[in-house]
Amino acid sequence: MGKSLFDKVWDEHKVAALSETRDQLFIALHLVHEVTSPQAFQALRERGLPVKYPERTVATVDHIVPTEQQLVRPYGDSLAEEMLQALENNTRVFGLPFFGLDSAAQGIVHIIGPENGLTQPGMTIACGDSHTSTHGAFGAVAFGIGTSQVRDVLATQTLALERLQVRRIDVVGRRGLGVYAKDIILKIIATLGVKGGIGYAYEYGGPVIEALSMEERMTVCNMSIEGGARAGYINPDQTTFDYLQGRPFVPAGDDFAAAVRRWQAMTSDDDADYADRVTIDITGMAPQLTWGINPGQVTGIDEPLPEPDNCAEEERDGVRKAYEHMGFRPGRRLAGEPVDVAFVGSCTNGRLADFRAAATILKGRRVAPGVRALAVPGSRSVKRRAEEEGLDEIFRAAGFDWREPGCSLCLAMNPDKLSGRQLCASSSNRNFIGRQGAPLGRTLLMSPAMVAAAAVAGEVADVRDFLEGPR
Amino acid sequence: MSSQMSIIKRVEGRGLVLPGNDIDTDQIIPARFLRAITFAGLGEQVFRDERFDENGAPRPHPFNDERYHGAEILIVNTNFGCGSSREHAPQALLRFGIKAIVGESFAEIFAGNCAGIGLVVATMARPLVVDLQARVQRDPLLPLLVDIENLLFGCADERFPLAMNEAARAALLGGTWDSLEQLRRDDAAIERVHRRLPPFSTLLNADGQPL
Ligand code: SF4
Repeated sequence: MGKSLFDKVWDEHKVAALSETRDQLFIALHLVHEVTSPQAFQALRERGLPVKYPERTVATVDHIVPTEQQLVRPYGDSLAEEMLQALENNTRVFGLPFFGLDSAAQGIVHIIGPENGLTQPGMTIACGDSHTSTHGAFGAVAFGIGTSQVRDVLATQTLALERLQVRRIDVVGRRGLGVYAKDIILKIIATLGVKGGIGYAYEYGGPVIEALSMEERMTVCNMSIEGGARAGYINPDQTTFDYLQGRPFVPAGDDFAAAVRRWQAMTSDDDADYADRVTIDITGMAPQLTWGINPGQVTGIDEPLPEPDNCAEEERDGVRKAYEHMGFRPGRRLAGEPVDVAFVGSCTNGRLADFRAAATILKGRRVAPGVRALAVPGSRSVKRRAEEEGLDEIFRAAGFDWREPGCSLCLAMNPDKLSGRQLCASSSNRNFIGRQGAPLGRTLLMSPAMVAAAAVAGEVADVRDFLEGPR
Repeated sequence: MSSQMSIIKRVEGRGLVLPGNDIDTDQIIPARFLRAITFAGLGEQVFRDERFDENGAPRPHPFNDERYHGAEILIVNTNFGCGSSREHAPQALLRFGIKAIVGESFAEIFAGNCAGIGLVVATMARPLVVDLQARVQRDPLLPLLVDIENLLFGCADERFPLAMNEAARAALLGGTWDSLEQLRRDDAAIERVHRRLPPFSTLLNADGQPL
């Protein structure tokens, strides 16, 4: 039996066995941000420990930064200012590279890793953020960790972990009009459930996945955690290598060719041993969106909402709670439901391709009256390149706010929040109650193009009505 | 986050029943309470938006229920702690006074975060959990026991089988749940892996190029 990429990477980074089930795993790249790191740095201080390998660490600021007047310091929001200063201070004292607000490389941690070529195949990557799974798009083994583990990585560059099992997910079939990477991962989560991935790393493959661009692959891997899988990855191939070549932290010249050979050797063997295999056929699949309060409560835009009595018994309570919070009725369709807010951004869908996709819908159209529409690039680089293409003009002309980069309305730790019972068409990744900053606020997760369609229609809409081509 | 090793073999106390599946960490501790550089004070904010309405008036919620005051063993259902990896969630529960959580299943990062701070996480079969929840709801004063050594759950005089992640259990029993000391034992082994891997650096030289 051959080995999966996951097992090859694990074995290469294993330092020691700590117990029968737990290994000490070396972390090749540690990404740090302002929210989950201050207590970890404090713990180092208390023990008088340095950061063990500063060269394997990089920090940025993304969660709490405002998306308006981002560079005007000190922030009026004193808690945000305190957190930013803590990270500025910690990175200085501990000698860590910091892509702060004065850096052209600043942005959401899961966007700047790949775009700077820090994220490379065959690496182990950890970050105090559950969407670290994003980096798996490059064939890295990447996962979110808690603050005590951030401390462990800072102090030792290692973690105490149990090996995950690997589930291979093949996505096959014909991708229809208006179906984006977001629709594919929502379908996967709906099919396997929000707890389906517990104990697993997901290896995504098959013809549909292989045909995805790197940006699309990142969207898929990003939401592995919404399916319960701590890590998700795609074997690196020519698409991966082409994306990486020439990026700042990627080896250049002959070293690049050598790196590609090494990366190729890390991919899963054809006869790799998987704990489980699943095939998902997306032929005929309509654009997907969530209707409830967890990311597995997904429906097609053309489908009626589920009857609680027809749901699996253990899901019924959750489904009832979702109807209660969302105010929708079983059996009806979401199309036509008025939306109050539209948000394009986040580490799921805040990359250049996402703004291009939304702009295709917005070009020559206007956001419906009464809809607050927000476009938040995932990084400074995304913002700059979008502006070079004139995308910002399209968004502005349509009536969107074009903002500075950050996490923004994905989790509302900055001033961007829903209010009251507002309904938000959102390209982010979580629809938990309160996630977007208002305890009664409501979130519908969907692709950036679907968000744009909802913004223009003023209600949940089928993006295919805005596109030309066979369905 | 202290360096003191401490062995945890059992948790005794009263129960707090929190029914429901897929309770995510955004509910356990809403993101706005992450806007701080310490974990202090998190205990009071646990389940804030469920426990209080928009005007700050208390709502009926198990964590507000006087009958559960001082309870140390939280009893939950499936996929507890899903969502964001924030360690603030177990920290908030711990600081509220919870020492062990027993349920049908747990999200992985959450369970790992609990293990690292000595908060006991254990699972029981669904019928047992549901039955236990009903009994504690009827009588919140029932003395409960989470016996980590023998993998038993005690409710008054009865004993039921309990399951735990083996690594987490070993760490609690061995007093090594705070993983840092264990990870620092063999520096040379870490250095060997560092050197074996392809050269890599996030640091920039004077020209702004990667080292
Ligand atoms: S964009 Fe959202 S999910 Fe991504 S890192 Fe920021 S807060 Fe987390």
